[in-house]
Amino acid sequence: MPEIKQIDTIAEALREALREEMQRDPAVILLGEDIGEFGGAFQVTRGLIKEFGKERVRNTPISETAIIGTAIGAALTGMRPVAEIQYADFLTCCMDQIVNQAAKIRLMTGGQAKVPIVIRAQVGSATRGAQHGQSVEAWFMHTPGLKVAVPSTPYEAKGLLKMAIRDDNPVMFFEHKLLYGSRSPGGKLKGTEGAVTTVKPAPYEEYTIPFGKADVKKEGKDVTVVATLLMVHKALRVAERLEKEEGISVEVIDPCTLVPLDEETILNSVKKTGRLVVISEDCTRGGVGSEIAAIVAEKALDFLDAPIKRVGALNTPIPFAPNVEKHVIPSEERIFLAIKEVLSS
Amino acid sequence: MEKVKLLKIYRKMLEIRRFEEKLYSLFLTGIVPGTMHQYIGQEAIAVGVCENLRENDYITTTHRGHGHYLAKGAPLKELMAELFAKKTGCCRGMGGSMHIAKLSSGILGGGGIVGAGIPIACGAALSAKIRKKGQIVACFFGDGAVNTGAFHEGVNLAAVWKLPIIFVCENNLYAFSTPIKEAVAIENIAERARGYGIPGIAVNGNDVLEVYEIAYQAIKKAREGRGPTLIECKTYRYKGHARFDPGTYRPREEVEEWLRKDPLVLYQRKLIEMGIIDEKKSEEIEQEVRKSIEEAIKFAKASPEPDIKNSLEYVYA
Ligand SMILES: Cc1ncc(C[n+]2csc(CCOP(=O)(O)OP(=O)(O)O)c2C)c(N)n1
Ligand SMILES: [Mg+2]
Repeated sequence: MPEIKQIDTIAEALREALREEMQRDPAVILLGEDIGEFGGAFQVTRGLIKEFGKERVRNTPISETAIIGTAIGAALTGMRPVAEIQYADFLTCCMDQIVNQAAKIRLMTGGQAKVPIVIRAQVGSATRGAQHGQSVEAWFMHTPGLKVAVPSTPYEAKGLLKMAIRDDNPVMFFEHKLLYGSRSPGGKLKGTEGAVTTVKPAPYEEYTIPFGKADVKKEGKDVTVVATLLMVHKALRVAERLEKEEGISVEVIDPCTLVPLDEETILNSVKKTGRLVVISEDCTRGGVGSEIAAIVAEKALDFLDAPIKRVGALNTPIPFAPNVEKHVIPSEERIFLAIKEVLSS
Repeated sequence: MEKVKLLKIYRKMLEIRRFEEKLYSLFLTGIVPGTMHQYIGQEAIAVGVCENLRENDYITTTHRGHGHYLAKGAPLKELMAELFAKKTGCCRGMGGSMHIAKLSSGILGGGGIVGAGIPIACGAALSAKIRKKGQIVACFFGDGAVNTGAFHEGVNLAAVWKLPIIFVCENNLYAFSTPIKEAVAIENIAERARGYGIPGIAVNGNDVLEVYEIAYQAIKKAREGRGPTLIECKTYRYKGHARFDPGTYRPREEVEEWLRKDPLVLYQRKLIEMGIIDEKKSEEIEQEVRKSIEEAIKFAKASPEPDIKNSLEYVYA
């Protein structure tokens, strides 16, 4: 077998990030449900308990409040815990520990304390119904004191997770359940409208990606598209189609972190293209797209040639029936139409 | 117990078993979307408890809700249609396997958030107490749920307010992949009841008549306004946790040991010993059950998908 030089799935990239950081720093510990022998519901921590032992890879009861509370307490006293919440939907169960504790402790103690925790959770809709498919990034964008990362490729997954672990502040780290197995380059994104798109692999060597630095996934001159997680891939597919079929040049920007947000890259792009579409999977009202649209409206209104367009999930809980779910979640068709609309005015 | 009742219990257990088996094979063909958690191996608990309930009593269920739904007597074909994501499903195709509900049958709902049903069940019991209709609530949950804050807050409140509720913990020894020993430091979950000042009893959850008897006492007590009981039913999940989980983290000897304690087989044997059932009768029931399941599948297949416009009108805001 040829030697493997790069990691081409996000699950593997995250695992490698955890492994490297645990090797580097004995303060890094893992907590979460089914993350031990089983390796996690999405197999991200597979094998880590064998390598690092039960003391550092801690399988927990179904006690989300205790998972995050324990992580905070350990962090206050010198550890660097990485907690896994099995589905981002269950973050509601430990919201107090995240929002009232982790996010505020540094301010409330006048800077005496730091809370270096990472909370990993997967988002995204995939026929599991209303309580296992929400995209909740915006709740945490709204909470001062938390950083929010949203990797869309193996390259970002590894670099951002390593950075998150080294950060002295609480980081919400959102993964997309349909992207874990994404292969690259040109591999298949499982279960996503048969999408095939280029996914940046992660090298095995040491690197980190700084927070607040967007990645321009595709350069273009007619319209700026800002997209996150799975939507990056959908946007790239649509961009390819628009270019081929209609000669429209789309710039696709992946912010990589929502807090801090790389406003500069987005604003510069809008200044160049004069048009903006923001695509995220969370529901549109008060969502990720709303914040980005507001920033651009505030800071680059004079450069806009058309109204900004948000493409997000419809404002409803996610229904089980796949035909309705498909309608609720942003589809390539909706993205296509939104870009055309922004270009036609 | 009367013969009719004994037979009814058998039929219900068989119905759940065959329903789940058939569903699994349908799943493998890809016709049923999403994920699912199966009840196979735990049938004695839902049936043993629900056979004590009146039509207007309430239950709350979990992510593993098919068995409770059928045991409470809600229409089988609507459950099938729900799993097919059809408009004729009990939740109009909006809920799916993890969120089974049928309000008109007193099934207040299952859910994807472990433990969340427990305080909700307490609320229904509070309402029953205030409205004085003599209703009670049977609140079902797994061994994993007892480690959530929702469990502790709910059971304590029910105890303090003497609510007409029974807490039925189905201890199948695993929460997903996590063995109970890694999650709970005591031998019996039933012991926790003492900490709230209510009785707690551990029973053989694979013996339907034992479950029935203990639930009977607890429900009577609840109905008489003498407060809640925690019943821990020791049992086993025959399948993996969910659709794609083969459950290989469980020792083979353990699985085999529990397969030998199959609640359906044990009960059938008992009925034969009691002279209630023979091969012919048992075959007759088998055929009836299979027929109703086949009809449900036909119904589900023929039903339309939910229409998109209506589906977006369920929430007010
Ligand atoms: C609050 C919350 N945490 C985690 C999960 C993921 N999860 C779903 S079912 C389950 C195991 C539940 O175990 P148990 O309560 O024993 O019920 P069983 O599956 O054995 O019937 C887990 C961890 C969830 N749905 N909700
Ligand atoms: Mg269990």
